Amino acid sequence: MPATKLAAPAPLSVRDGDAILLVGTMKGLFLLRAKPDRRRWESSGPFFPGSSVYGAALDTRGGRRRIWAAPSSMHWGAELAWTDDFGKNWSRPATPLVRFPEDSGASLKNIWQIAPGRGDDPDTIYCGVEPSALFASRDAGKTWQLNTGLWNHPHRAKWMPGGGGLCLHTVLVEPSIPGRLTVASSTGGAYRSDDAGKSWRASNRGVRAEFLPDQHPEFGQCVHKIAHSAARPGRLFLQNHWGLYRSDDGGDSWKDIANGVPSDFGFCVGTHPRDPDTAFIVPLHSDGFRCTPDGKLRVYRTRDAGESWQAMTRGLPQKDAFETVVRDGMAVDRLEPAGVYFGTRSGKLYGSRDEGRTWELLREGLPPIVCVKAGVADNVKAARPTGAIAKRTRKAA
Amino acid sequence: MPMRFLIPGPLQPFSGGRSSIAIDTSPSTVAEALAALAALYPGLRERVVTEQGEVRPHVNVFVAEVNIRDARGLETRLPEGCEIAILPNVSGG
Repeated sequence: MPATKLAAPAPLSVRDGDAILLVGTMKGLFLLRAKPDRRRWESSGPFFPGSSVYGAALDTRGGRRRIWAAPSSMHWGAELAWTDDFGKNWSRPATPLVRFPEDSGASLKNIWQIAPGRGDDPDTIYCGVEPSALFASRDAGKTWQLNTGLWNHPHRAKWMPGGGGLCLHTVLVEPSIPGRLTVASSTGGAYRSDDAGKSWRASNRGVRAEFLPDQHPEFGQCVHKIAHSAARPGRLFLQNHWGLYRSDDGGDSWKDIANGVPSDFGFCVGTHPRDPDTAFIVPLHSDGFRCTPDGKLRVYRTRDAGESWQAMTRGLPQKDAFETVVRDGMAVDRLEPAGVYFGTRSGKLYGSRDEGRTWELLREGLPPIVCVKAGVADNVKAARPTGAIAKRTRKAA
Repeated sequence: MPMRFLIPGPLQPFSGGRSSIAIDTSPSTVAEALAALAALYPGLRERVVTEQGEVRPHVNVFVAEVNIRDARGLETRLPEGCEIAILPNVSGG
């Protein structure tokens, strides 16, 4: 008789303005909070123990304080769940919200990305899934529809699975250009829509595919991650399966910016919330090894849009650190100065509260980290003082 | 005697906490039994079979002691009053 029973994790006590981290691992989701100074982090989890969580999002639009998560059980499948109280209660609909129509011939394997829509469209939210497809909800997540424009795209039949499966792992909602969406699939490459997802076109000009005879095809690239600049419409940074690129025209063309990095192979990329010229990557040694070069864990930061990159090493191990940071393993918050975070396959979570200059080990011993998302708490009701605090408050009054 | 589903712990959040569910409609196949189960607890069938109606690759369904993969799959016939056990495979990592 199995005797283990996991205690439910204690929910976090969160206040408006707190920094929030969602850390998805191969064995569940962990939540962290800190005051805006981000000096001390409290954590809770694992939620959904035993399930991998590749997708998570904090959605504070429309007065919400909702955390979405995409637990995926090897046995029972993937689903979308949410909490409106930072983990005290989770909603898991009996019928999974995201599911392929029967006539599609496909079955959901995993949810790789949860992306809230524009701020002025608070009921729209997207999911990128495996097999590569985009789902959208227009009613705040109650119902979801397969994006048929992309699903029926003639290119899709020729997309091939990468090491992680045939997954649509990136969904970017351009904040200042209504109707513009960019998605990326491994493999398949980047695709852009300018009509809110009705039609799509490949967006890979200049991005190479080293694993194909034609190294510059229209599509079929193995894009690992794209991040956009919130501060400059149309600016994108792309970490490819070999190749590091920037676009200043919303993906119409891409420029190689692997200037001074130890490798242009890697998975993750993050952008600064206010400075369009600042981005962060973690280069890895080759697709054969996929670990940090020379056993040094280094974040590379550019302050000039990729014209040059500097190694950020203070606080990071520079010996015997053969680490891997996967495509959703990095996040940047919007606080001042911006916080940068990344998680490793060895279960270490690092954070910087000074835009990458210095780093701290926030947690270790976690299961392999596959997803890190950063946000700021909003719409949290101010806690009413109770007990001793209340008595002191009343006495003082 | 009605046939009965045995529900593993991870699925009991979708069965109202019940580990055993009786089906009174006398289904003749596993597929019919799962349809009857879905009418009672829709979340259970969804986690046993995919959108395409196939048993998930890491789930085993036993009729008595026979894995339906070794029989006729979802068309496996049900003896009267049998038990259907839904069990996770030993896969993990």
